[in-house]
Amino acid sequence: MARYLVGRIGQAVVVLWAAFTLTFAILYLLPSDPLELQLAAAGIQQDSLTPGQLAALRAQFGLDQSILAQYWDHLIGALHGDFGVSLSQGVPVTDLIGRRIGPTLLLSVSAAVVALIAGSVLAYVATFVRWNPLRVFLTRLPALGASFPQFFVALFLIQFFSFQLGWFPATGSEGAASLVMPVLTIAVLASSVLAQVLIKSFDETLRQPYVMTARAKGLSRTAVHLKHAFRNAALPAMTILGVIVGLTVTSAIVVETVFTREGVGKLAQESVLSQDVPVVLAVVTIAAAVFVVVNLIVDLLYPLLDPRISHTREVVVV
Amino acid sequence: MTPSPSGAAFPAALPDAAGSRLVHLAGLDVGYLRHRAVRPAVIGLDLTVDAGEVVAIVGESGSGKTTTANAIIGLLPANGRITAGSATVDGIETAGASERQLRSLRGSVVGFIPQDPMVGLNPTRRVGAQIGEAVRLRGIAGPAVRTEVLELLDQAGVPDPSLRARQYPHELSGGLRQRALIATALAGRPKLIIADEPTSALDVTVQKRILDHLGGLVRDQGIALLIITHDLAVAADRADRVIVMQHGRKVEEGAPGEILTAPRRRYTRQLISAAPRLAHGGRIVPRFDVRDQATPEPVLVLEGVGKTFGRGFRALDDVSVTVPRGRTHALVGESGCGKTTTLRIALGLENPTSGSVRLGGTDIAGLSWRRMRPLRRTVQLVHQDPFATLDPKFTIGQSITEPLVSFRIGDRRSRAARARELLDQVGLPPAYLDRLPTELSGGQRQRVAIARALALRPDLLLLDEPVSALDVLVQEQILQLLADLQSALGLSYLFVSHDLAVVAEVAHTVSVMSEGRVVESGPVAQVFTSPRTACTRELIDAIPGRKAPATDAA
Repeated sequence: MARYLVGRIGQAVVVLWAAFTLTFAILYLLPSDPLELQLAAAGIQQDSLTPGQLAALRAQFGLDQSILAQYWDHLIGALHGDFGVSLSQGVPVTDLIGRRIGPTLLLSVSAAVVALIAGSVLAYVATFVRWNPLRVFLTRLPALGASFPQFFVALFLIQFFSFQLGWFPATGSEGAASLVMPVLTIAVLASSVLAQVLIKSFDETLRQPYVMTARAKGLSRTAVHLKHAFRNAALPAMTILGVIVGLTVTSAIVVETVFTREGVGKLAQESVLSQDVPVVLAVVTIAAAVFVVVNLIVDLLYPLLDPRISHTREVVVV
Repeated sequence: MTPSPSGAAFPAALPDAAGSRLVHLAGLDVGYLRHRAVRPAVIGLDLTVDAGEVVAIVGESGSGKTTTANAIIGLLPANGRITAGSATVDGIETAGASERQLRSLRGSVVGFIPQDPMVGLNPTRRVGAQIGEAVRLRGIAGPAVRTEVLELLDQAGVPDPSLRARQYPHELSGGLRQRALIATALAGRPKLIIADEPTSALDVTVQKRILDHLGGLVRDQGIALLIITHDLAVAADRADRVIVMQHGRKVEEGAPGEILTAPRRRYTRQLISAAPRLAHGGRIVPRFDVRDQATPEPVLVLEGVGKTFGRGFRALDDVSVTVPRGRTHALVGESGCGKTTTLRIALGLENPTSGSVRLGGTDIAGLSWRRMRPLRRTVQLVHQDPFATLDPKFTIGQSITEPLVSFRIGDRRSRAARARELLDQVGLPPAYLDRLPTELSGGQRQRVAIARALALRPDLLLLDEPVSALDVLVQEQILQLLADLQSALGLSYLFVSHDLAVVAEVAHTVSVMSEGRVVESGPVAQVFTSPRTACTRELIDAIPGRKAPATDAA
């Protein structure tokens, strides 16, 4: 078990490093001058500075070094939790993200929880009902939910619940009421993805001979569905749990922009627009870290749900 | 043969005799809804099972025997419909019954033992919990449930019940899982147990032990038993009454003695001749007798082969096997005796820990993959499961020519010609070249697998249980095909099987294996008629059909 854990954490570190490096490479290959962007953000004309002053500034931000040296500095910094200073705002990136990560975390976690419950319930009901028209409708519903663009869902919710009914505020990040529509927007997509996988898995599980055995015992359909089918059907769906959580993180970019919420998502969107390299690098690294950790947790949970899987080494018997 | 109109050939079932009639099917039609049309699976079936009776339904795949069983417990698939007739179980009409009524029958009136024990238990719940569920349905609660579960496991012949109850299904062998399923079926205290091919997925010796045990249990507890099987020999050994089904209809019914001595239908006669022991009146008569013949030069020689896995698990210990050219040598034994490991070593997929493997004069033990590759053309493998060994996306033609493509033999046209020739050799029409495996039956797929194995003109075929996934009639056809190919092409076979009935039909010589060792070997005619070890005797004794009435004409 310990051996397995060490291996998996090693893998996670490699994935994180690869995400960081790839993002760095892409950002630094963009045809723009970081210093120019920074001066523009500060409202200083580049022409008003002497070449000497420019060179001093370059040296101050470490931009006069080779790409490899810069990469190394960034990597070492990131390992110490220091992602440098935002080019557009002149504030340490860590502070910038630290102030905004709370609301985004709240949004993502709430959305993931709602999606998990809604997706599971939908899949459960869709495979349980016997009245065919309802069954067909419920089975097709996730495909519909997964095909609406998120900004469209967001605008629809704003139009209906804010402008017409006035139940929830259309924008802002104050109070629980402001959280409802952003969470719904993300959950529609995330729960649809989950329900699609879970319904297919349920259908397959219900065709298994042990379900027949369970029904032949005289168990009710509810008991068979709950005690025999659900856990087995959930196993393949576990794999996409990491994807679902990742989805809620990336969705935050769209949702926070549409609902003008202060958060890491909106920060990421603004930083990409202003080519604020350190901030983007930090956001991508954090998102990758979340993804890696969730997947690690899922893999560690597997043996608890499926007794056939064990992370301890087995003696090979052919 | 034209089947008679439903039930006309048989006397109408007697009226229910004071509650002793458990199952009464009258003119039952069951069909499956596909593309808005009902395809009939059971047609005009009349069948009765009385309390305490053992009845067997015999028939090949598609004969409607499993559909009949499912209809009796009200567990037809979602597209299954009872379209006519009635099915009364313990006085309750199940055709058109509500789920609630059907539930009151399941478990407590009719217990069910499914076909494949490997997938018949929920993999994520403990064995004891799964049996306990059925006990709780009888209104028992608390610690009494556990006591009864252990008692049931004990009754079903599971050693160390308290350990087994705590384990998950994957920790149990196939035989133990089947016993756990028997315990589950007993848990509801049913009046009838339906066993759907209860043991065909198991070794013959395990199969015999379990069926004997089940037979004893139902007799002692006065439970009626309905056995569904494709093997007339299995049915004849155990049933009071045998019903033969074909294409959804009942074609014959009677006591085993009657049916075996005076079968009325050609189909029944075919089933009898397909079961070696039935055909010879309970005796085993090997087809070949090579006791007094000179042994041809060997194609494959395994000498003193040992294989150790992991931390000292000895899979093989000093195994010596010789396959003479143009002959069939059989490897027999229960699962886990080392048959498959021996086969893998003979194929060069596994290196022996000790000993030598000579293939046509070359020692292949320890050869590199590259040096081994040209030798692979001379040895080919045919697997047990014809449903899993053909790529479902490949046409039959693509599957057969794949070895030629892989060894860069011939061009497109010569390969196509070879594929037609091979199909012809295995008795399939050339039109099958463009078909997909899903369009073929199990027997046809196994023919394709044999054609593919022959594509490179090998000297030796390794046959790993090539017929044990097939119905008896199809088994007989495939065994005949193998014999024909052997005499036409001079092939040698290494035939791995747990079924001695099959081995008696195809093999010249045999090695009996047990726990990684060869315990007995020699000509089949000698080993089968005068076995020297208890292990061989048990295997021979397990061949079904021993109760067949002795006939003079064998």
